[in-house]
Amino acid sequence: MQSPLQIQTSLKENILDSENQNIKMQIENLSIFYRDFRAVANVSMTIYAKKIVAIIGPSGCGKSTLLRSFNRMNDLVSGSHIEGQVYLDGEPLYERNVDVVDVRRRIGMVFQRPNPFPKSIYDNVAYGPRLYGVNRKSDLDEIVERSLKQAALWDEVKNKLHQSGLSISGGQQQRLCIARAIAVQPEVILMDEPASALDPISTLKIEELMHEIVKDYTIIIVTHNMQQAARVSNYTAMMMIDEQRAGRMIEFNDTNIIFTNPKDKRTEDYVTGRFG
Amino acid sequence: MNRFSARRQNWRKVINIVMLSFTGLATLLVVTPLIWIIGYVIREGLPAINLQFFTELPTPVGVSGGGIANALVGSLMTVSLGLIIAVPVGTLAGVYAATHPDQPLGTLLRFGTDVISGVPSIVMGIFAYTLIVLPQRHFSAFSGGIVLAFIMVPTIVRSTEEMIRLVPNSLREGSLALGAAEWKTSLSVILPAALNGVITGVMLAIARAAGEAAPMLFTAFGNPFMNTDFNQPVSTLPHMIFVYAIAPYDDWRAKAWATALVLITLVLLLNVAARLLVWWRGRLFKSLK
Amino acid sequence: MNAELHKDQSSFGARVRNAWQHGDRLYRLLLTVAALLVMILVIGIGYELWQNSALSRQAFGWKFLITSDWDPALNETFGALPFILGTLITSFIALLAAIPLGIGTAIFLAELAPDWLREPLGFLVELLAAVPSVVYGLWGLFVYIPVFVRPSAEFLNKSLGFLPLFEGPVFGPSRLAAGLLLAIMVFPTITAISRDVFRAIPNSQREAAMAMGATRWEMIYQVLIPYGTSGLLGAIILGLGRALGETIAVTMVIGNNLDLSASLLRPGYTMASIIANEFTEATFDLYLNALIEIGLILFAMTLLINIIARLLIWRVSQRTKAEVRA
Repeated sequence: MQSPLQIQTSLKENILDSENQNIKMQIENLSIFYRDFRAVANVSMTIYAKKIVAIIGPSGCGKSTLLRSFNRMNDLVSGSHIEGQVYLDGEPLYERNVDVVDVRRRIGMVFQRPNPFPKSIYDNVAYGPRLYGVNRKSDLDEIVERSLKQAALWDEVKNKLHQSGLSISGGQQQRLCIARAIAVQPEVILMDEPASALDPISTLKIEELMHEIVKDYTIIIVTHNMQQAARVSNYTAMMMIDEQRAGRMIEFNDTNIIFTNPKDKRTEDYVTGRFG
Repeated sequence: MNRFSARRQNWRKVINIVMLSFTGLATLLVVTPLIWIIGYVIREGLPAINLQFFTELPTPVGVSGGGIANALVGSLMTVSLGLIIAVPVGTLAGVYAATHPDQPLGTLLRFGTDVISGVPSIVMGIFAYTLIVLPQRHFSAFSGGIVLAFIMVPTIVRSTEEMIRLVPNSLREGSLALGAAEWKTSLSVILPAALNGVITGVMLAIARAAGEAAPMLFTAFGNPFMNTDFNQPVSTLPHMIFVYAIAPYDDWRAKAWATALVLITLVLLLNVAARLLVWWRGRLFKSLK
Repeated sequence: MNAELHKDQSSFGARVRNAWQHGDRLYRLLLTVAALLVMILVIGIGYELWQNSALSRQAFGWKFLITSDWDPALNETFGALPFILGTLITSFIALLAAIPLGIGTAIFLAELAPDWLREPLGFLVELLAAVPSVVYGLWGLFVYIPVFVRPSAEFLNKSLGFLPLFEGPVFGPSRLAAGLLLAIMVFPTITAISRDVFRAIPNSQREAAMAMGATRWEMIYQVLIPYGTSGLLGAIILGLGRALGETIAVTMVIGNNLDLSASLLRPGYTMASIIANEFTEATFDLYLNALIEIGLILFAMTLLINIIARLLIWRVSQRTKAEVRA
């Protein structure tokens, strides 16, 4: 991946500068609060379509909180609110008339621990399409097969589609959750440390799978594993906690630059393992 | 997004709002009877309450005045006897259940406690009848107290067990590490820490036992006169309400409401107090952790 | 622990003496005795009921369960069918009303109510369980029946009177009255346990559904309820257990009549209420034995129900534990 980026002072301009890329999401001066506590402060970033963006940083720096604000999952936590704005295809997500349910259809999510429903593998994948009114058997069959194939799980489960989603291994469960997320053909997929509960082989499979599906989807992944970020992502955002215990994005750039030539001393310390 | 799916989206939202409102409505409906009952008991019972009501014996139909002194004494006797038996047995069994959770007897004990708390009180009454009344050939306050003990035991066992489980293990280990024997640890560290649990259980047990009318029908049996002999029948508050309520006289009915007011006040106060204790305990342990 | 400290006195006898000196053996013995006493109580109930219903069991055998002659005065024959049916019918009515409302309330308490409302509402539900059943009976007899049950019964009779189920004449005290009063009495049981079942469901399930774009109700209905099914069933069955055995309140509002019609609007009897009514009037041994046998049946039913319910609830907690570990 060649970097067209120049050394500039403003992060925002930095990214907007790159050419020939479609902007999928824009985060504008976003702060996230739990009651009075500011968990994430003034984050701005631009996310390009069909790229993988990694968010890295030490634990407790607000990576997951930031990620969960992109599909408004934080709304479920009582007392949480935001300042700033998130745009999807130029439309603001945090507005009174925005349909949260529709936002979450367009922006799917995969969680840290695999969380399949205690239903069959088939019903897990068909869950989303059914929500949106797909009920014909042949349509569902097709969606289930396509999604499982995209998630690189089809060959392993095609003979046991009606077994419980909990009966397969943890790595398979996580790929099932990815299949479930892509079954509704979202535009963006958020992944919250999707491999942290998995063994190295399963982790590798998930990473290969991300490379495969990024042809169709935009992916934002939170990870505490720097090698993983370096392996899979096109862009990397580095977060760090400030004196008020609020998470701040201290650097956002091309992944190669972050890992080879970071602008910020703290990033350099972190990616070279000198942090803390 | 086409028109069909837009319509479907709206439909989903309508269903969502309708069903969520239903759960709110259900909650309202469930809470209504409580307020209705308490309101009615106060409205109908309060006018008949005065000092004589607590100090006098019941009067025959048509004679004004009269009270529930006999039932107060009877309830006191049966509940006290029940407590004397149920508190030591229940507390010790609760400690056993909490400290031996994986042993066969521990598992059996928890299951047995569940079974006993599920046995209808009238069946408990039959049991006490065949055990005590039948051999003695007469009804008695004693047999009534025994039934109440049976009814109290599971509540005390469970609440003791739950509260002991809340005691941080570090406290227990701290005492054992100082060389204290197990029983000393239990008595001096765990039980005091779990004392609120035991007291909570006792209060809830009293509240439940004091309200039991069914098994009293053929154990304590009822007695319109003052009696303090455990070998003789006595009246209790709930039994009194039952007798007054099903009698076809208006002035008895008024006394049923008044007695109900006394009983429900007692029971609800015990419940509120138990609740406060649990809440207080919870905060204490939170601060410990 | 003590044994560790006194390794030098490692002979068996010394260790026993040592333990006795510290009082631990005695203490453990006391605990075990208390635990055994509780178990003896369970077994004792079954044994006494079995022994004291021998006359009736020998005289009528299994026929006791399926005949409806209850004639202590002339023929001295006894059959428990009307009471068994009465118990089942009233309990069924109770569950019919209490399941949707109880689970609905549980959902509200566990999933929707704002934090400041949860505790007070939960406490009110607990208080509902604490009201003595004789007070329910009193209120049922003089308030609930005239204000709510009787008008509903008359309405049912007018609109559906052609069905044997709603045949007239309409009485105040009736099977319907007992069922509807029982509904209020089993609410708290169903609500409290279902609420705990919902609370035990891991949050990841909620997140998975919400992140797929499910509405809150879709999440509850399609994910939480299927997830907690066995626990919810357990809650319902425990509610049933309470309804089956409830005595005084039912006795006060059911009318106590050996009516063999199918009508819900007429007075009837339940197993518990016949015992409450006739136990002290049982003038000869066979009569008393027959009543005790009804108690035995009631005991067996509640025992069975408790076992089933506990197994179901236990399964939920096991699964939740397994997932937390995974």
